[in-house]
Parts: sequence; structure tokens; C-alpha cells
Amino acid sequence: MITQHPTGDMTVLTYLCFMPNCVLTFTDRGIYCPAGDFYVDPWRPVDRALITHGHADHARPGHRRYLCTDACAPVMQHRLGNISVETVKFGETRRLGDASVSFHPAGHLPGSAQIRVEVAGEVWVASGDYKVVPDGISEPFEPVRCHSFITECTFGLPVFKWDDQSDVARDLNAWWGKNAREGKASILGAYSLGKAQRLLSMLDPEIGPILTHGAVENTNDVLRQQGYHLPDTIHVTPDLKAKDHPGALVIAPPSALGSQWGRRFGPSSTAFASGWMRLRGVRRRRAADRGFVISDHADWDGLMQAIRETNAENIYATHGYTDIFARWLNSQGYNAEVVPTEFGGEDDEAADAA
Amino acid sequence: MKDFAALFTTVDQTTKTSLKTKALAAFFNTASDDDKLWTIALFSGRRPKRAVTTTQLREWAAEVSGIPLWLLEESYPIVGDLAETIALTLPPPSRESDLPLTHWITELKSLAALDIEVRKARILDAWDQLDPTERFLFNKLITGGFRIGVSQKLMTRALAQATQQDEASLAHRLMGGWTPETTTFHDLMEAEDVEADESRPYPFYLAYQLEDRPAALGSPEDWQAEWKWDGIRGQVILRNGTHHVWSRGEELMTDRFPEFARLIDFLPDGIVLDGEIVAWDGAQPFPFNTLQARIGRKTVPKKLLKDAPVILLAYDLLEHDGEDLRNLPLKERRSRMDAVLETLSADAPVKAAPPLPFDTWDTLAKTRATARDHRAEGLMLKRKDSPYLSGRKKGDWWKWKLDPLTVDAVMIYAQQGHGRRANLFTDFTFAVWDGNDLVPFTKAYSGLTDDEFRKITAWVRKNTQQRFGPVRQVTPHHVFEIAFEGIHASPRHKSGIALRFPRMSRWRHDKPLEEANTLDDLREILHSYG
Ligand SMILES: [Zn+2]
Ligand SMILES: [Zn+2]
Repeated sequence: MITQHPTGDMTVLTYLCFMPNCVLTFTDRGIYCPAGDFYVDPWRPVDRALITHGHADHARPGHRRYLCTDACAPVMQHRLGNISVETVKFGETRRLGDASVSFHPAGHLPGSAQIRVEVAGEVWVASGDYKVVPDGISEPFEPVRCHSFITECTFGLPVFKWDDQSDVARDLNAWWGKNAREGKASILGAYSLGKAQRLLSMLDPEIGPILTHGAVENTNDVLRQQGYHLPDTIHVTPDLKAKDHPGALVIAPPSALGSQWGRRFGPSSTAFASGWMRLRGVRRRRAADRGFVISDHADWDGLMQAIRETNAENIYATHGYTDIFARWLNSQGYNAEVVPTEFGGEDDEAADAA
Repeated sequence: MKDFAALFTTVDQTTKTSLKTKALAAFFNTASDDDKLWTIALFSGRRPKRAVTTTQLREWAAEVSGIPLWLLEESYPIVGDLAETIALTLPPPSRESDLPLTHWITELKSLAALDIEVRKARILDAWDQLDPTERFLFNKLITGGFRIGVSQKLMTRALAQATQQDEASLAHRLMGGWTPETTTFHDLMEAEDVEADESRPYPFYLAYQLEDRPAALGSPEDWQAEWKWDGIRGQVILRNGTHHVWSRGEELMTDRFPEFARLIDFLPDGIVLDGEIVAWDGAQPFPFNTLQARIGRKTVPKKLLKDAPVILLAYDLLEHDGEDLRNLPLKERRSRMDAVLETLSADAPVKAAPPLPFDTWDTLAKTRATARDHRAEGLMLKRKDSPYLSGRKKGDWWKWKLDPLTVDAVMIYAQQGHGRRANLFTDFTFAVWDGNDLVPFTKAYSGLTDDEFRKITAWVRKNTQQRFGPVRQVTPHHVFEIAFEGIHASPRHKSGIALRFPRMSRWRHDKPLEEANTLDDLREILHSYG
């Protein structure tokens, strides 16, 4: 199924398609559309890159031209600096060569998209990262009908099932409230783009002040300017005195937990928010006082729902437990294949923050 | 079960021993006697008899969850725990209940007498009324291995706090062969004649690894040195004309070592010896793998008894004439022990572990360097005036192990970890050169930091050449120093050798692939140390 042919110093791998129209192919630079001559979330520098969302494993530096939604662009520019970006609105169709492309909400984080590509009536969708349940801040996931669906499966095992966001919010606020009553700060580790803002939107600001690490606050600024609503936060600057903010909840990147930075808040309880917290072993490795199970990715049921609703026959699994997930899909009557590892590379930080 | 589940959640969510102890003590203050008794039993390694097999559990769980069995089986190694995998996979319960821990244990015990279809119905009914945490604990009661971050020592401390008893005497009371079926909470806690239980061992005193130079311990004449043997730490007990053998893990191993039955002919009654059980070749211990062949067997075939007879190398006398000697200084206990063992004939299955004379720490360091020649893994240092304490306490007993053997090897296969490290690649296969080929010779799982595991995980994902199920063949590139405690010939392995306690001691970023060790180097080590 995979052929290798050396071209100069780089090996180009092409996933052979049995379809008459191979709309998207898998190359060692990422997902490629021959008809439109563009890549989706490429991981090596290319001429034209279509970007699903701003996470580091999807929006990489070094491409000549970027195309993404107007909702995604500000964060991407904030992270990648001076790049050449064109934007489209969600649902707007753009013609690139012989391909028509459009972006549709993926529900993963504010501005995140799935990319639909149509060539001569054949439709493929590259999901990027997604979750199907609304979180109150990201544009809700929209199923897009297609013939072939490239799906992530970060949590593609039946053990991964998420509780309702409202239940997690109740636990989160209860933890914060208890710490506040006991005179402890609550330090919550979360990835600075997406997870942090979702958690912010779940907090009850009546409990106390909300403090943010610089990495989180910079992203907050960008999203607020775009019109996303977030509760008021106080940026933790070097001269901030923790005792001026009793009962505070602090949101910081996971790496700040247990560091010198975290010690300034005095007595504290720590927590970590991620889908991996579903597993007791990972919870214990993290060695935080609490683990909240909350993910920007679809759980097992969410993946199955999304796949069903695309009506696709061909499924390409990437990111995660791809072998197991593809085997399961095949047993359910889909044509499922694993996107070879070389192309499913996950950024460690992002994978860990999922 | 809700109170027990809440206890578990509290204990599981914190790494602080003080908080765990507090939560357990609070539970011991409020739970019923039956629940307390079972909690003590579970945290000291006792569990109800298994009423269903794990195979049945898996099949039923997959069926109820509407997934094929293979999918549950594939999830299990990633989660790392079958009880947890099942608890997480099952659909939500249709109703709620709050029956006590003892109810569920009694329910499980009663299943044994029922036929399989009824057993299945009762298990499914239990799952259907328990939340995920309760289900996890319920499944744990069936599958065993109740390790949930509470050591027996911690449980004992909490119980001592809750019942206002002395921790050390409580620890002694909780040892031995009781089960919740043979006693009650009241009898276990209050029974006056604890000595009545003739099989009861003393809590083991455990040594710390010496990190400093031994000179930091002070004057050499205050210390006694012995070989640190590579066997099984054990207590041999002779009381009322019967004998018992306990391992350090508090496992009763009397039947595995029938050699000790003869001790009654050699030693006076009312005696407890602490020492190392080793397979003995007549002059020195066999390598550990010889003993290992015996540990796995509940009954020992005649041939093995003849080829690998065991003896106790005794180094401490804890009870003599029925009297507890643990508060006497070591040198006193030792001289009493020597007096008892001195007169025994050479074929007795017990010998006094010889103390190693030394004047200075330097001469002792020279002795230590020869440990492998004596089939020892290093030295034990014990303060001559120390009492026999219980558990791991710093100060009086130290192990001064030899530096491990090492070899530089190439990583060739990687597999995702489980449990704690489910989202990382942590299980690796290593190879050495045999001409131009790389021959696999060992696996190793531990020794890297979380950060290093993350780095190697990212690398493995990008450098996979082939997949064999969960195993990935990676580009030979990275060299690791593998440390190990022993080596022996093994025809079962392609390389012809097997290592004891292999682990990654260093990531050799500085070493190019070609400079990894060869199979001949390994054979050399086998020749010198095997
Ligand atoms: Zn993402
Ligand atoms: Zn991603």
C-alpha cells in the first residue's frame, strides 16, 4: 500500500489510493492535495499551508503562505509572528487549482476548523483535532458529509468517556471553594491555548479572584480582542503579591506547576486538567492533588458519533491509538486505514496536554 | 461502599503520607467492625477467594459494553489494570445503591457455590448499581493485587491512631496467618495472648541503601559487616514443636522449603531466626536464578530438592527460649545466636552468616570489591548496639551494594507503557553487535526521567520502521547504558544470556551507534560473573 521512492535526500512516501480521485494524499510533509497544490497542517516548510488550528503540532512556522479561518488567524499570528496569512470565514468556499476548499467548526478550541476539500465531486474532510460536545466558548462542531474522513483518535479507546462539562465544572468549583476556605491557593495546570480558556469559562468568579500565568494571559488578550467572552483575570507579574489575592485560583501551563513560579502562592492545592486524567496511572504520575478529566478531544463515543455523521466510507486514523481504532472501524464496516506514523507525529507537549 | 470509595479517592488523590494516614484513621473511627476488619485485611495483602476468573470478567464486561473482546484486551495493557479497564469501559449504572464493603465481599464469597450463569447475573447486577470508582474497587476485590498507595505500615499507623494503640505492637499483632474468616475485629485488636498464634513472625527490619562513604558512619569498631546475600530474606520460626518460614513480603513459605522441617532436630523450641534463604552448593550460594526455580513452585519436585537445596544463612536472633530479644543490642543477639548455631553439624539447614572482620573502612572497601566472588551483591553494615527495629528506619542498618555491571546497547524496539506511563513509550528492547548484526539481548523499562521518556517517545513516533502489533521497530540510533545486577547463560534467549534487574542507567548521547558493546563483550562478562 505504501511505496517508497527516493528523490534526492528526501524520501517521498505516497499512500496509494484505490479511488479514482485521490483528493488528499499522505506525504512526508503532511497531508497533500495534488489537485489544489496545497498541504493541510504540514510539518515541514511548504509553499501553501491550510491550517486547522493554532496548536503547535498543527500550525508550524516556515511556510510561505498560510490559509485559515479569520477566527484562527490572530492566535496563529501571535504564536508564529510575521507570517503571510489569508483568511476565510467558516463555511465560505475557496477555489484552489482544481479543488474547492472550505473550513467548518471543529469544536476543539476557539477558531478551530475541519477542512473540507472537494475535487470533481469527490469530498474529503481533514478533521484536525475535534470534539463534538459544545463547550460554551468554541464554535460548536459541525458534521460535514464526505466520502473520506481523516480523523484524529487521540482518545480512540472505549475506556475514554468524558463526563458532562457541567459535572466537571461543579467539581472544579467545589475544589476551588474548599481550598479558598482553607486559606490555600488553587493552582490549575492547563495548556495555554484552548484548555485554559475553556476552564476559565467554567469557573464561578464569585468564589475568588482568577490569576493567570503570562502564557495564558497573552492568549486571553488575543481571544478577548476577537470578541470571545472570558471572565476577568489578573495577570501574575513578578511584583504581584500572592497575599493580596486570598482564595485565588491560578491558571498556568503544566510546566509551571511545582516550579519556582508556583511556590510564590504559598500553601496551595494543585490540579491538572486533561483527558489523560481519566487513567489512574497518569493521574498518579502527574502527582498533582487533583486530576480533572476534561479534554479538547472527542471521547470514544464522540469519535464514533462524528464518524457516523460524516457518512464517510473511508476513514483514515491519525494521532493516537490508530491501529486499534482502525481495526475497530473495519469491524464496524468502514474502510479504515492508519495514516503512517511518520505523518501522525504529535507534539509531545500537545499530546500530553490533551 | 460509598465510604470506602471516598476513602480510596482521598488516599489516591494525594501523595502526602500524612493526609493518607488521616483519611484512613477517620475511616477506622467511623466504619463498622466488619468493614474495618476487611479493610485491614485488604491493606495487608489478604483478599477473598476468587469467585470468577479474570477471563470470565473480561468476556462479561465486553459483552455488557457492546464491544468485541479483543478491543477490551487491547485497552487493558494501555490502562495497565484490568479492574480499572473494566470499570472505565462499562456503560453507566442504571441505579444507585450504598451497601457496605463487607456486603460486597460476602456477595463475592457466596458466588463460589453457584453455577456460572447465576454468577454472571450477580456480577452484572453489581456493576449496574456501582459508580466507576466503586466498580473499580469491586473489580479489585475479584482480581486481587489491592495496591492502591497504602502500605501495610501506613495502614497500621492509621489504625494505631484510631484505636490509640502502640504502633509497633499493633504491627506484630497484625502479622501471621489470620483471615477475616478466622477472627473478628475485636479479637484481632484485643486478644491478650497474641503469642498464642505460634506462626506469627516479627515485622522485618529493613536496611537503607548507603549513599555516602561509609566513613560518614563514624568509627569502624561500632559496626558489624556481613555479606549482602542475593537470596530471599526470611524468618524461620520454631514454636511448640512446629516450624514456619516467612518471607519479607510476609508470605508464608513453609511448604516451599521443606528442608527446614529438619530444624526441629537441630534447634531448641521457641526460637526465631532472621536471615537469608539461599540455594547452597555446599560451600557458597548458587546464583539467584537457581533459587528462583524454586520460588515459583508450591510443591518442590525431588530432583530440584537435590540439585538446589536451600539453607538459612542466619544473621539475627529475634526470639530465644520464647523470649522476644529485639530490644537487646545486636552484638548481644549475635553472640547468643552464635552460641546456638556453633554446635550444629555441617549438614544442618542453617548456618550463621559469617561476620567480616575489618579495622578500617578502606580494608572493608577492599573486601566489598570481592563480593561477586562470594556470590554476594555487596555488604550489610549494622550498628553493634542497635535494637531490632521494625520497617525501614534510617541509621542502624545499611546496605552497601556493589556498583552494577553495565553494557552500552542499541535500542531496536519500543512499546508503549501502561498505567502511569500509558501515553509514553517506555518499554524497550536492546541489542549488542554480533559482527554487522544487532542481536537483541534484554528489555528494560525503568531508569529514565519522565522528561527523557517524553523525548524518546517523540523520537520513536518519528522513527518507526515497522509495527508488530503494539511493538515498533525503530531505526537503530540511540545508545543506552544498561545496568544490571547479575548475568547468566540462558538457552531460551537468542543471545544466549539473560540479565538480572536490567535498567537504563544513562542515555549515551555521546556514543555513536558503532561503539555499542558486542555479544563477545557480554560473553566475557558472563564468563567473569555468571
Ligand atoms: Zn489541537
Ligand atoms: Zn493535535
